[in-house]
Amino acid sequence: MFHIFCPHCGEYREEEEFHAKGEAHIARPLDPDACRDEEWGEFLYFRTNPRGIHHELWVHAAGCRKFFNITRNTQTYEILEVYKLGEMPSVVAE
Amino acid sequence: MSETNQETLEQPPIKLVMNQLPDANVPFESPLHHVELTKIAEHSGSQGGVVFRELSLGLLTLRCTPNAEQAASIEGILGVALPSNPLTSITSANGELTVMWISPDEWLLQVPQDKAFELESRFFAEVSGHVSLVNVSGGMTVFELSGNDVVKVLKKSTPIDFHDSEFPVGKVVSSIFAKSGATICRTSEQTYQLVVRRSFADYLWLWLQDASKEYGLTVMG
Ligand SMILES: [Zn+2]
Repeated sequence: MFHIFCPHCGEYREEEEFHAKGEAHIARPLDPDACRDEEWGEFLYFRTNPRGIHHELWVHAAGCRKFFNITRNTQTYEILEVYKLGEMPSVVAE
Repeated sequence: MSETNQETLEQPPIKLVMNQLPDANVPFESPLHHVELTKIAEHSGSQGGVVFRELSLGLLTLRCTPNAEQAASIEGILGVALPSNPLTSITSANGELTVMWISPDEWLLQVPQDKAFELESRFFAEVSGHVSLVNVSGGMTVFELSGNDVVKVLKKSTPIDFHDSEFPVGKVVSSIFAKSGATICRTSEQTYQLVVRRSFADYLWLWLQDASKEYGLTVMG
C-alpha cells in the first residue's frame, strides 16, 4: 500500500484514492497527420520498463482529480519524489 | 476544420440558466424520499451516539482560475473570497453560503435551495471570461452526521485521518467513502457533512445505518 503525497491537496493520502496512469513525460506528436506510422506507434504503444527509477503519471481520482508525476523505484517501491505536470524530476536514473 | 472552429469561437457563447425549482407545483424530491426520514425520526430515540440528518441544499460547482477582475466580481457576489488554500472552506457571516475547496480550480458552493437560481443568474450576468458554474443540486445530496461517536463511523468508512490535529473544523476533503465517494467537511466540533452522489444516497444511507448500529442512530427529520 502506497502512502502518496498529492502536490495539489498538499497532504498524504492512501493509494486507493489514486490511479496510476502509466509512464510520464510522453509527448503527443504535435502534428499527428504528418507522423510516420512508426512514430505514432511509438507514442501510442511503446513504454520503457526500467528496473529502478521510473517516472509515472498518477491521478488523484477520488480527491482533487488532478494529475501529477511520481518518481518511483520499481524495485524497492520507494517513492522518491512527487512533482506537478510541467515540472521536471530532480531525481533521475544515472 | 480549424477555420470552422475559429468561426464558432467568435460567436458569443449562449448563456442558459434554468430554474430547477420554478414553483411550488414542481416540488424537490430527496433521493431518500422513499425512506420517509420524518416518520423514522418520530420513532427514533434521542440518545444515539450518531445523529443523521439529510440537508436539502442548493449545490453549485464553480470551475475557474480567476484573474483579479473575476476574483473581485466573484467575491462581490458571494460576499466571501474563494478559499485558495487546499482543503479549506469558508462560510459567509450570515451562515447562508459555504464555499468548499475541491481542487485548485474547483469549488463547491452551498446555498439554501431557493437561492441557487438567483446566485447562478448573478454569476452569468456579472462574471466575465472563462468561468463555469453548474447547478449540481439534482445530482448530489448532503448528509449531516453528528454525535459523540460520529468519528468512529467515519473511520469505518474512509481512510481519512480524523484526528483533531489533522482534521480541524472547516477542513474539507474528497475521498473514498464506503467504496463510494464523498466530499467530507467538518462543520463544527462534532458535526460532519458528506456531499454524496444522488445515485449512491440509498446505498450510503443503508451503510450508515449498519455502521452506526453499535453506537445507536438517531434520525432527524
Ligand atoms: Zn489531490
